Amino acid sequence: MTMLRPDQEMICKWIQPKSRILDLGCGDGLLLRHLIDDLGVEGYGMELDDSRVLNSLENGINVIQSDLDHGLSDYFNDDSFDYVIMSLTLQAMNFPDQLLDEMLRVGKQGIITFPNFGHWKNRLQLLFHGKMPVTKALPNRWYNTPNIHLCTVADFEKLCEKKGIRILQRSVIDNRHREQALSRLSPNLLGETAIYRFERLPYHS
Amino acid sequence: MPEHIPEESVGLVTPQTIHFSQPLKLTSGHTLPSYDLVFETYGTLNADKSNAILICHALSGSHHAAGYHSMDDRKPGWWDVAIGPGKPIDTNRFFVICPNNLGGCDGSTGPTTTNPETGLPYGPDFPIITVEDWVHSQARLADELEIHRWAAVIGASLGGMQVLQWSITFPDRIQHAVVIAASSKLTAQNIAFNEVARQAIRTDPDFHGGRYLEHETIPERGLRLARMLGHITYLSDESMGAKFGRELREGQLNYDYGIEFQVESYLRYQADSFVGKFDANTYLLMTKALDYFDPAHTHGNDLPEALNKVTAKFCVISFTSDWRFSPKRSQELVRALLDNDLDVSYAEITAHQGHDAFLMPISHYLDIFHAYMKRIEIGDLP
Repeated sequence: MTMLRPDQEMICKWIQPKSRILDLGCGDGLLLRHLIDDLGVEGYGMELDDSRVLNSLENGINVIQSDLDHGLSDYFNDDSFDYVIMSLTLQAMNFPDQLLDEMLRVGKQGIITFPNFGHWKNRLQLLFHGKMPVTKALPNRWYNTPNIHLCTVADFEKLCEKKGIRILQRSVIDNRHREQALSRLSPNLLGETAIYRFERLPYHS
Repeated sequence: MPEHIPEESVGLVTPQTIHFSQPLKLTSGHTLPSYDLVFETYGTLNADKSNAILICHALSGSHHAAGYHSMDDRKPGWWDVAIGPGKPIDTNRFFVICPNNLGGCDGSTGPTTTNPETGLPYGPDFPIITVEDWVHSQARLADELEIHRWAAVIGASLGGMQVLQWSITFPDRIQHAVVIAASSKLTAQNIAFNEVARQAIRTDPDFHGGRYLEHETIPERGLRLARMLGHITYLSDESMGAKFGRELREGQLNYDYGIEFQVESYLRYQADSFVGKFDANTYLLMTKALDYFDPAHTHGNDLPEALNKVTAKFCVISFTSDWRFSPKRSQELVRALLDNDLDVSYAEITAHQGHDAFLMPISHYLDIFHAYMKRIEIGDLP
């Protein structure tokens, strides 16, 4: 079976077996496929892109074709899932802050991964060239990127604080997928991809 | 006429008929004392009978879903794009059965059949058949063929409604449900279209209260109008525009009431070819079956509640330009299935062909359909 991305491998380590999962922007459905095969989870993927919906079907997962801005309210009741996952998708959403709320409406916990715009490579490009960064993690130019809402580790944590979202687990990885040493030092500077597990603080619900 | 049978065709097929002498109690309260069902099969039933698929047809469909009856046939069966070796409903793997619905006009007992009590055609005396009644009659056909559990029940439009009813009525007899361009109930607008079609037929002076066959005539004008109206609603504004635009038949305007635009000519052609092969009373009956279908009605209009005994895995497909059975209707069904924690996949196919898209060779649609069918597990093949 095809390999998972490093951020997806990290997600697999954070998930309890036999849980109920919704994967937003499930792509080819491989993450869910792995979670079903290895951890006995059940759940659904949601995906808008035609060819990815087809790939998800080929990988044998339940996939609902929908955009994520409306999909959760159209299809799911409160507290339907143990985890709602969104990997490398938040930054491409029209209303990422509202989507976070929706994730924690339909799920007990949320898991999000995103490219950290605070990574030193991005900072250097902006500082020395004065141009929007183009890196392996963010390969598009400013005018054709789907990533319309990029943020940094610090930005994301600030938003969580404002929204009354409690971060349960954080990890950052670099392009060589090294994790441990980095996150202890300076995650916002050294992490290329950020991974968070979070829940809503009870008094905000 | 096919000069040779295409490789991916099921080839030449011959319909079969089974007579059922046990009376069938109908939703309407009437009882049909006995009846025939005509059906076709494609592929081979495996030893443990685990590869059987039931195809449910829509309003104007028939048991002839795939292949050719003879080398003189101009066209193959109505769903030949989806059924055959290597196609989504792969006859190398599956044993496929498609019956003509009760009340139809292609060989199963219906309004054109002779009523044994009078010796005359049933005509308007043929009882109204509902989707539930069809499902019960199809279950008896399955019993007769000793198929306890369908690997899948598949249908589009009115056929999709039968699939949904199967999953409700016989949860232990259906493994997968494929529901295409369908709905759990018609909207008011949809019922309205059906009523106009019925009025067109019933107000035709040749209708004779439905006893037109006894008068050796048919309500041709009414049936033609019904078909023309139906046909407009099965297409989209976009597809009609692309196909005909404002193209003139004779290249110039004549300023009279003859055929000026190509689209008029097309509608008349569709009407002509329909009148010769479809029965007006069957058309009335089928539209009523559509109108009445609403499984949530007996559950306080709560669709998730109506589906609470369903166990089948679902594949739901809709088409973006279908305004007669719009994606919204499929989404409502998907939501109700999700509320019951059922396995369900949903694809919304971008297509300009309107409701008729389900019959068309649209490659992404067929890829999606095929990908889902491949996950259906069956026992050893023969």
